[in-house]
Amino acid sequence: MTAIASEFSSSHRIPGWLPPVLLLGVAYLIVPFIGTSYLFEAILLPFLALSLAGVGLNILTGYAGQVSLGSAAFLAVGAFAAYNFNLRVEGLPLIGSIILAGLAAAAIGIVFGLPSLRLKGFYLAVSTLAAQFFVQWALTKFSWFSNDSASGVIDAPALSIAGIAFNGAVGRYLFSLTVVTLLTFLAYRLVSSQSGRNFIAVRDNETAARIIGVPVLKTKLLAFAISSFIIGVAGVLWAFAYLRTVEPAGFNLDRSFQILFIIIIGGLASIRGAFFGAALLVILPLALSRLGSFLLGDVFNSGVLDMSQRIVLGALIILFLILEPDGLVSLWDRIRKRSAAVFGRM
Amino acid sequence: MTIFNKLKVAAIAAGLSLAIALPAAHADEQYFPLQSYRVGPYAAGGTGFFGGFIDYLNLINTRDGGVNGVKLTWSEGETQYEVERGVEVYERLKNNPGVAAWNPLSVGIAYAMIDRITQDKVPLITINHGRTDSTDGRVFPYVFPLLLNPYSETSGIVNYIASKEGGLENLKGKKLVVLYHGSPYGKETIPIYELLAKKYGFELQQIEVPHPGNEQQAQWLTIRRAKPDYVVLRGWGVMNPVALKSAAKVGFPVDHIVGNVWSNSEEDAIPAGEAAKGYTAITTQASGAEYPVVKEIIKTLYDNGKGNLEDKSRIGSVYHNLGIVNGILNVEAIRIAQEKFGKRTLTGDEVRWGFEHLQLDPARVEALGAKGLFHSINVTWDNHEGNGYVTFQQWDGKKWNVVSDWIAPDWTLLRPIIEKSAEAYAAEKGIKLRTSEQAEAATN
Repeated sequence: MTAIASEFSSSHRIPGWLPPVLLLGVAYLIVPFIGTSYLFEAILLPFLALSLAGVGLNILTGYAGQVSLGSAAFLAVGAFAAYNFNLRVEGLPLIGSIILAGLAAAAIGIVFGLPSLRLKGFYLAVSTLAAQFFVQWALTKFSWFSNDSASGVIDAPALSIAGIAFNGAVGRYLFSLTVVTLLTFLAYRLVSSQSGRNFIAVRDNETAARIIGVPVLKTKLLAFAISSFIIGVAGVLWAFAYLRTVEPAGFNLDRSFQILFIIIIGGLASIRGAFFGAALLVILPLALSRLGSFLLGDVFNSGVLDMSQRIVLGALIILFLILEPDGLVSLWDRIRKRSAAVFGRM
Repeated sequence: MTIFNKLKVAAIAAGLSLAIALPAAHADEQYFPLQSYRVGPYAAGGTGFFGGFIDYLNLINTRDGGVNGVKLTWSEGETQYEVERGVEVYERLKNNPGVAAWNPLSVGIAYAMIDRITQDKVPLITINHGRTDSTDGRVFPYVFPLLLNPYSETSGIVNYIASKEGGLENLKGKKLVVLYHGSPYGKETIPIYELLAKKYGFELQQIEVPHPGNEQQAQWLTIRRAKPDYVVLRGWGVMNPVALKSAAKVGFPVDHIVGNVWSNSEEDAIPAGEAAKGYTAITTQASGAEYPVVKEIIKTLYDNGKGNLEDKSRIGSVYHNLGIVNGILNVEAIRIAQEKFGKRTLTGDEVRWGFEHLQLDPARVEALGAKGLFHSINVTWDNHEGNGYVTFQQWDGKKWNVVSDWIAPDWTLLRPIIEKSAEAYAAEKGIKLRTSEQAEAATN
């Protein structure tokens, strides 16, 4: 959604703020009128929630260099916290629940970020796995979190802010889009601020960063807090705007990997990368599945098709990574530069 | 940079054309969107159930030319029992013309669909599972946990154990462990077991097995320490054979394990081998291929290479027969609704009316070639379960043998609990209770 113009743009005729503004214009003014409910419910809503989660993880992993396998846990914390704040705090507006949910996720993020002060790389990844399993266990174990609902599934409340109800697919899309735009903008501001530069310093060389006076401890915990906050809010979107029902099992390790793949495929240390990666991981499997059932639906049953789609998807991802190890973002930049060169010659 | 916008537009256009590229409408067809699962840890249940369901629809088309001339159509979308995929398939298939009913065979997916199908006014069938309080048709007009809701199942199992002990009064002081699948489906019965334990005075311990359930050492060691009189296995998929094998390992007697309605198939018992011999489980439909309707499916479809199951030895298995029973119930609901609204493609709301008048007595069940396959059903506008009967079957190492009569769960005990829960849901959601007059009117 929000393409951020690269600093190294070869074309200086277009100001950097223009593409994202145009894109937002399309997303706000055109898409709601031409989209079908399938486009919103099955493509754009999961895309927006996962993109935002990708942005969050990219701050932690891409910019600050701390590998995390616990993203789904923070999604779950966000979703369940928002549900409980909304349910238990009388008169709290929805936006308040969402912010508190983000803060709850940030608090959990800081707790599970503490090992990062001692651990690095794979060891840290393994310790974030603890977050993944602990949160899922706690949400299943204590039925209080799901308001003692018999099956442990929670029903999302209706979305409404300041008396405006965001009902229907389009309403929930606009709600998600607004939240994602706001947080992405803040994330973008953050990574180009002093804190953002501290993240990169810590990632590139921790010792050097310490020597030039970067507060490493504070920086790492800040990265965990902000990243978890954003992922927590993404969890609210996932639960309230997209699925409208939540069970802890929906936030399993697979989801954590999915978010990690989004930023690896999209491009580490890039805000745009999260959107590229999410688009690929949401749309490609669906497109393959539609194509498969369209072409071969009469020949094979849906199980065979699904298996073959997985093989194709895996092969495509491997191919992408071999051809463009820096992710879709740098592929995109290359295409843009080439086309600018071609247009420049004309 | 305009290329990006162009790409974006192209992507949206592609998405739109995908969404529009659906089969065109035909006159007099009734369509079943199937959120099936043929891969993943629950594939055995999915292939058997959807295989039986499709076989029965196919039989009606081939043998009778449809329901009073209205052809039945269907298409499948793979869900792998995952909620997100279930929602995607729902969005993909819901705009096809003439949708009769949804049959996702997943509690998680069903929960995610309740709001959506209520808005669309299309029935959602959760045969033998689902959300218990959706039995109350006053609050859930479009949801049907047909034949056996989870509470009835629980009551049936407790009554069966009581009969083995010589009466409900003998349950006092006995110890029961419920080993349940860590999913919305598995947790659904936690409160009702607690309630029955209090009522009948038996000691109760409920132990969760995390999804998918292929590791149960810890749980069975706990069970060995607890020394219960009976273990109720409320499993699903791979969890069941693993439970039976782990029980054998810790030396728990298999004839004191009672399986619930999703732990009762050949696919649960066969992989456990010797460990399953003597295992008893509840069922709403008998297994075996000796019933006339199953025989006709073999003759009409499988002998002509048109059957849906790839493995013919699974014909007449528990899941396959459940799929067939589900097919019977769906088709008969359409037939009943056609009597009122005309022999044409019905709207979802008209099919809902059909389900609310789905009354098949044993004589009608026999006429449908399903005598002994299942007992009867009696759905009304406010009772969406339809008072199904249960029976118990024991595994002899090769096949299931029925070891009890058709037993009625204790509906009068359960109904007030269900109504209370449904009313609480209605209050939370701001739903006004439906009346029988409103139920009688169906919209086009």
